[in-house]
Amino acid sequence: MMASSYNAKDEDGHITVTGPGGGTLRSKKPENTAFKQQRLPAWQPILTAGTVLPAFFIIGLIFIPIGIGLYVTSNNIKEFEVDYTGVDMSSPCFNCSQNFSWNSTTPCTCTIPFFLEQPYESNVFMYYGLSNFYQNHRRYVKSRDDSQLNGDMTSLKEPSKECEPYAYHDNKPIAPCGAIANSMFNDTLELFYNDPNGTKVQIPLTNIGIAWWTDKHVKFKNPGVGEANQNLTTAFQGTTKPLNWRRPVYELDAAANNDGFINEDFIVWMRTAALPTFRKLYRIIKSPSNGMMPTMPRGNYTLEVVYITTMSKNLRQNLFNQLNPDYPVRSFEGRKRMILSTISWMGGKNPFLGIAYITVGSVCFFLGVVLLIIHHKCGNRNNSADISN
Amino acid sequence: MARDSEDPEMTKASKVKRQRKKKTKDNKTRTVHANILYDYSKGEENPNRHYANNKIKTTKYTVLSFLPKNLFEQFHRFANVYFVFIALLNFVPVVNAFQPELALAPVVFILSVTAIKDLWEDYRRHRSDKEINHMDCLVYSRVERRYVEKYWKEVRVGDFIRLRCNEILPADVLLLSSSDPDRLCHIETATLDGETNLKQRQVVRSFFDLDCDFDPLKYNGVIECEKPNNDLNRFRGYILHRSGRRDALYKENLLLRGCTIRNTEEAVGIVIYAGHETKAMLNNNGPRYKRSKLERQMNVDVFWCVIILLVMCLFAAVGHGLWMFQYGDKRPVFDVLSPEGTDLSPIMSAIYLFLTMIIVFQVLIPISLFVSIEIVKICQVYFIHQDMELYDEETDSHLQCRALNITEDLGQMQYIFSDKTGTLTENKMVFRRCTVAGVEYSHDANARRLAMYQEMDSEEEECTSHGGTLPRRDSVTSHQSARVVLRSQSTKSHRRTGSRAEAKRASILSKHTAFSSPMEKDITPDPQLLDKVNECSSQMDFMRFHSQPMSQLPSDLSDIIDFFIALTICNTVVVSSPNQPRHKVRMRFELKSPVKTIEDFIKRFTPSRLTSGSNNSSSSSLITNRSSNKGCSSMLSSPSAESTLTKLDEERQHGSLPHAFGPVPPYGYDRNAWNLEEGELRYEAESPDEAALVYAAKAYKCSLVGRLPDQVTVELPHLGKLSFELLHTLGFDSTRKRMSVVVRHPLTDQITVYTKGADSVIMDLIKPPDTGNSKGKRQKKIVNRTQNYLNLYAADGLRTLCIAKKILSKEQYACWLQHHLEAETAIQGREGLLFESALRLETNLQLLGATGIEDRLQDGVPETIASLRKAGLQIWVLTGDKQETAVNIAYACKLLDPEEEILTLNADSQEACALLLEESLHYIQAKFLCSSADQTAKAFHGHFAPFDIYPSSSPSSSSHAAPFMVHRLGLVIDGRTLAYALDKSLEDKFLAVARSCRSVLCCRSTPLQKSMVVKLVRNKLKVMTLAIGDGANDVSMIQVADVGVGISGQEGMQAVMASDFALPRFRYLQKLLLVHGHWCYSRLANMILYFFYKNAMFVALIFWYQFYCGFSGSAMIDQWYLIFFNLMFSAFPQLITGTLDKDVSAETLQQLPQLYVNGQNSEEYKPYMFWMNMIDAFYQSLICFFIPYFAYADSDVDLFTWGTPITTLALFTILVHLGIETKTWTWMNWLSIAFSIALFFTVALCYNASCPTCYSPSNPYWTMQRLLQDPLFYLLCVITPVAALLPRYFYRACQGTLFPSPVQVGRQLDKLPAETRRNILSLSRVKVGSPLSPKPPFLSLNKPSPKGCNKKDQRSFPSSKTSQGPVSQTDNQSRRSPLGPTDSEKGLSDIYTLVPSEIDTLPYTKDAPPLSEEPQPPSTKDSECPDKTLETSNLSLSSWITSTPLHTQTDSVQLNLPHNGDSQCVKYTRNSEERLQSDHTVHPAQRTEQVAEQSLHTTL
Repeated sequence: MMASSYNAKDEDGHITVTGPGGGTLRSKKPENTAFKQQRLPAWQPILTAGTVLPAFFIIGLIFIPIGIGLYVTSNNIKEFEVDYTGVDMSSPCFNCSQNFSWNSTTPCTCTIPFFLEQPYESNVFMYYGLSNFYQNHRRYVKSRDDSQLNGDMTSLKEPSKECEPYAYHDNKPIAPCGAIANSMFNDTLELFYNDPNGTKVQIPLTNIGIAWWTDKHVKFKNPGVGEANQNLTTAFQGTTKPLNWRRPVYELDAAANNDGFINEDFIVWMRTAALPTFRKLYRIIKSPSNGMMPTMPRGNYTLEVVYITTMSKNLRQNLFNQLNPDYPVRSFEGRKRMILSTISWMGGKNPFLGIAYITVGSVCFFLGVVLLIIHHKCGNRNNSADISN
Repeated sequence: MARDSEDPEMTKASKVKRQRKKKTKDNKTRTVHANILYDYSKGEENPNRHYANNKIKTTKYTVLSFLPKNLFEQFHRFANVYFVFIALLNFVPVVNAFQPELALAPVVFILSVTAIKDLWEDYRRHRSDKEINHMDCLVYSRVERRYVEKYWKEVRVGDFIRLRCNEILPADVLLLSSSDPDRLCHIETATLDGETNLKQRQVVRSFFDLDCDFDPLKYNGVIECEKPNNDLNRFRGYILHRSGRRDALYKENLLLRGCTIRNTEEAVGIVIYAGHETKAMLNNNGPRYKRSKLERQMNVDVFWCVIILLVMCLFAAVGHGLWMFQYGDKRPVFDVLSPEGTDLSPIMSAIYLFLTMIIVFQVLIPISLFVSIEIVKICQVYFIHQDMELYDEETDSHLQCRALNITEDLGQMQYIFSDKTGTLTENKMVFRRCTVAGVEYSHDANARRLAMYQEMDSEEEECTSHGGTLPRRDSVTSHQSARVVLRSQSTKSHRRTGSRAEAKRASILSKHTAFSSPMEKDITPDPQLLDKVNECSSQMDFMRFHSQPMSQLPSDLSDIIDFFIALTICNTVVVSSPNQPRHKVRMRFELKSPVKTIEDFIKRFTPSRLTSGSNNSSSSSLITNRSSNKGCSSMLSSPSAESTLTKLDEERQHGSLPHAFGPVPPYGYDRNAWNLEEGELRYEAESPDEAALVYAAKAYKCSLVGRLPDQVTVELPHLGKLSFELLHTLGFDSTRKRMSVVVRHPLTDQITVYTKGADSVIMDLIKPPDTGNSKGKRQKKIVNRTQNYLNLYAADGLRTLCIAKKILSKEQYACWLQHHLEAETAIQGREGLLFESALRLETNLQLLGATGIEDRLQDGVPETIASLRKAGLQIWVLTGDKQETAVNIAYACKLLDPEEEILTLNADSQEACALLLEESLHYIQAKFLCSSADQTAKAFHGHFAPFDIYPSSSPSSSSHAAPFMVHRLGLVIDGRTLAYALDKSLEDKFLAVARSCRSVLCCRSTPLQKSMVVKLVRNKLKVMTLAIGDGANDVSMIQVADVGVGISGQEGMQAVMASDFALPRFRYLQKLLLVHGHWCYSRLANMILYFFYKNAMFVALIFWYQFYCGFSGSAMIDQWYLIFFNLMFSAFPQLITGTLDKDVSAETLQQLPQLYVNGQNSEEYKPYMFWMNMIDAFYQSLICFFIPYFAYADSDVDLFTWGTPITTLALFTILVHLGIETKTWTWMNWLSIAFSIALFFTVALCYNASCPTCYSPSNPYWTMQRLLQDPLFYLLCVITPVAALLPRYFYRACQGTLFPSPVQVGRQLDKLPAETRRNILSLSRVKVGSPLSPKPPFLSLNKPSPKGCNKKDQRSFPSSKTSQGPVSQTDNQSRRSPLGPTDSEKGLSDIYTLVPSEIDTLPYTKDAPPLSEEPQPPSTKDSECPDKTLETSNLSLSSWITSTPLHTQTDSVQLNLPHNGDSQCVKYTRNSEERLQSDHTVHPAQRTEQVAEQSLHTTL
């Protein structure tokens, strides 16, 4: 006799048929495994004052020394900052920042003297800092074409839509396109050391190595690099410079390996800052090779800011064709600074992290004490050992 | 008669034929022709071509329709539409925030996950469809002129199929031929309705007389029947032969798809409905979808999230507008113009930005939440399925979750509505006692035997008693109480009486049929009654041999024999032999159909028949001579049965019977012999009580040996086998509440009606005794006595049935038959006519006796109820049983406590009901006002413990919310009163009364009332309700409740089909609710909260950034991280925690049911918790944002090099947050967290190395790699999560110490070594300090004596005078003594029957000896109320059964009643439904005096 059983499927009332071997009754009994019976071995911490106490103390004890260490490290970093925006009448740069006194043929230069109280050892990093400059504006951040910057010929000729309205000018593609490139910082900063004997020595500034290695070598490439006639001018033929630029992109730097898209100033600028007040690495002052002398000894220095003409062809009417003397920050209440800084393993000078560690460590320690009190006052009754009594 | 209407029918049929040609679907009927007449089954002429074929397709989609259809379905969910909208918004250039394609990713991911799930389910359906479609069956082939194997899917309407034994029916088939000599076919319908008994189906009448095999080629009929419908119990139609003969078709002719052919070698039928039109398929509903409470709550918070989102977007938009505005005309260089070079006004920018922000912040609405919840729920369901403790070995069934999405509701139940029969009880009926002709046979020996079963059972089980229940064996005296106690101890089913192996075998056997357990089968007969039976039958034997008329038999003896004959034959029990249970024992003497026509009747009832019988020479309808026995046994179909029967005969001949005459030893009564004999016949009954009665009769040697459609054979002592010609069977229906058989008595040759039914119905149908003669007086006495015993039985919790008979004269019968036949052949309204016909027959009955059947409690029911109650669940029992039975079962299962007061509401009219409710309310308020106030006060003074053993007295959420306290009161209400109480005007009052009672018992309630009660409680009280039941009558209740639980018991599968969860036993409810419910709830609640937190925290990071990017909608978090953060990086740990986290172990949860309150009060997820989580999320995001902000302030960091650490920090913080919230750390938790972190870094590293020019605008080439070289990054990763989570961690620690929740205490208990914990839990109840108490007594132990509880209770009821204990005890006693009857309550407006029941300790104490007093069902006593305008008879009596020793409270009833004094009567009645005795009524004046006295004491 063929025995087959006909079962209503439990879930959706669906009828299924178990085959003709249904004579052997297979038990539906669930398996007795730890997983299926939800008996997996487990660690079951119970958060009470007593159990949590050690954690607080340990965190406190670890954090406070770290914080102190960080704080000390940060304090050892030397930093100097000069604001050269020229907002005040007294400021040496006031004249250059005003439109009227500016003559388009001669560059406007302002000279700011400053005094370094301490000698700066090893490499000194020279930054320019801008504030109130919203490089992180959503539309600004997007306004670039990475393919173009990577040397892609088609993107060079046909910039991405993201670059609009800075993609074409006079029916020519802009290279590099986009608002970021267009607004590139173009003040020229020069440093002079005023020798105690009165001579003014220009400090050599290196503009190589200021950008990320990967940016310079992978992300940014000049168009037509591999081709026979390695001429940037021909490579960029058919394109036009960004509106605000004075020179085309292939004339940014005369140095062979720092021109075009791989110009490091350009690359640094293209890395949009996270916050409206930011600094960007401008130059590096290499420490003297003998290492005996500090890179920048204590003394008087002069910062010379050379304003290169920028032709602001903003499409806005009232600003159209107006000539801007300097890098324009006044319209948005921005500030321009020059910063000199040494760096340590943890970067630039920033005491915050050290303070934070110390604070959090102290708070933990304090809370640990509070918990200890709580534990002693109330915790004993709750101690599980006492339940059994 | 059928012939009369032939012609019109014929024309109609032909008309139908014509119509069919036009459009078949217009018809109300379906016409089926045999396919054999047509060339091809699909041919043009084939009239059946319009009907669905047998190929089933339950899949929702086809290859082509899948995508559109599935998408369409998915877009019904609002969230999906929302996310798609946002993704599409991204394609608008002005507002887009992300790469449009990328923004689509999450939506597509979610949609495709769901789609794949649907696809997989559909594929499963497809596979099973295919499997079913390709099953084989035999179909008659026109070409080959034989039956050929075909696939099921090839079967078409009109095909002839041959079915063999144990085959499954491929379609709905009209039975045309059967190998069975009776033209029967047995089918098992377990897959359809779950009923495990065999059902008989008959061959269509016109094919009945075929001698040879059915030849399809000769078939020439046309079948006209109903359109396909889903009513399994209805099929109507007729078959039209070419000869013009027309035969009605019934459901008895239809074999349904999915059923299995049993007991029948071969059957042939024609397919009527195929494929999706079969009744089985039409009944096939998919799983149900409910929305759980938690999900509703969650949706509210999702809504809040939307609000938060909009507020944030608005804020950003306004901010952006202002930011733009401050620059005025001077547009800064970084404010890029629109692509067209045009300038945007600040307002326009703000509007665009608003949309952009919605895109950026979309993560706030947790897109993956819905998917995650579904995944977690599926896992939870899986684990519930896998729980070994929810697996029933006997039935090899485990819990089924039929609704997949309300698991967490199980942890939030507040009210349980339970059916009684089959849910609380086994639905295994055991015959306990009976009364015949007014004499009670108490069956003491039987009771002792049952007790012994228990003892054996409990000895067999090693002491696995539940911790809490301590043996109280000494406290009880009667064996029945002992049984109760013993049963409560044994955790195993009593059915496992024999060895395990035997039980196993039995369970395998009983898998398909409802065979009774040995306990139900062997019944020790009452010696007295047995003597009488023997005496009686020997006398009858004697008289038969001496040809004396049977009427000379003394009436008490004839009643006895009639009683047993009625027990034996008035049922639908099928006899089968044990070795081949599928084959019935055939005891055929005569092949004859039931009386179908008048002519037939006249012909068959000619006197000549009596002597000669019919043409069948070897047998006659009167089997009286023993010699013929051999002849008949030779006709047995099964050889084994044959031999056993022969043996049986011989045994009897050798005088094995006479020893029954001797005094019967209590249980030594030939057990072996009985067992031997009993092993030979099996009874398969549709309802277990029928089988119990048949077995009972068999114990008195009056055994059913064979049943055929027209004949029942009964074996009686001395008389041998008697075969009763079965003229009619009027089946049981719930309206009539009775069934009858019409037989011709072989001895007296009278046409006798035996009726068996509910006592309330039968008693009304008893012929009013003619008090004139002695016979009438005797009848009256019998009726009165029987009624008394019935009350007694009911008080014992037995199910009572009355047995009556009626002798019809030939004329009466003929008259009735005429109408009946008309009714039977009617097509329209046949059911109604048959019903009326039955009513006509069942009148003027003569009462024979009554039986008491015990429906045994299921294992562990009292414990389960106790523990569910401790868990703060209100348990209501809604039953169709009578009040007394229900009350007693309620006592037995500890639903009602003997110590608690019981309010009984029985009213006859709306007004009375209103009054009654009013009174009850006043009473409750007055009585408990002070005590509850005091209780609350106490609670606030620190004595209150949330872990009180009676959570009813603890302020649960409901009692906080409302002025109602739950008191130690029980409410009993009957169906009629319930109907009044459920009226709109009274329902509030009813609820007010009911909710203050600890337990509510609704008796005599209809299925509709059950569902109305559930609906009322659910809607008005706004509580979570669970309904549990096993029968079809519970379906509506199950569907109405928030969670419906079906018991997959014996009453069929309807309840299971309607339910959300199906349990094998009631006691599994405990683990399901207390453990799985709790877990599911707390897991999901925590997971949902965590989800909200996680998303808010992540999104807030971007929000803070808006302040530093000119509200431009910029994000420092790379869009990839932003979009995949939820989906990938943080998804797994929370799923693992949501699935596996256990806050408290299963053991502790079961031992401390109080922990369940956690879920009831939604303590894991309260509305404020959402906001707390939000605040925490904002705090944490502030930390996560500003620590990196300050750390990188004024540095040369670029946007995404700064954003990536923030993402990492957020991930760490979120994971550690989860870690704080995780209570159980298994290796899976560790693994999932490790995996998450690893996944993030792997993805980040790969992503950041993959493409130097892609992923505009972030273009994060080499960012992560650089960061990993930066020590600052690591420093940030350490400090930020610590700082962010410090408050939460600290709060958790403080909370765990200062004000631990009960759950936390439970967890601490978990930590203890096993023995210690067991000691604590078993010794006493655990108290947990309330947060309000100044000195929290965290886990303090009380003295483990039960007295402690009592004392506590007394303390909590300060109004009750503890000192009065003994006094009022005696008072109670004295009250019980019958006092003179009084009639003076007439004319009093309010009548309160204060009926102290005898139940002082346990309801069973009064079982064995019949008490001098009857039990006291509150009678419906008419009373007049002159001072009220109510109708006299309407205002019926209300009665308050105060069955408790809480005497002082009883007294205070009187004190606090509004109308006390003269208008009031207090009486003690022993009343019963026939209002015969008001013997024990206390004189009202006396009573009031007493009360006044008592009240004096009370007030003093």
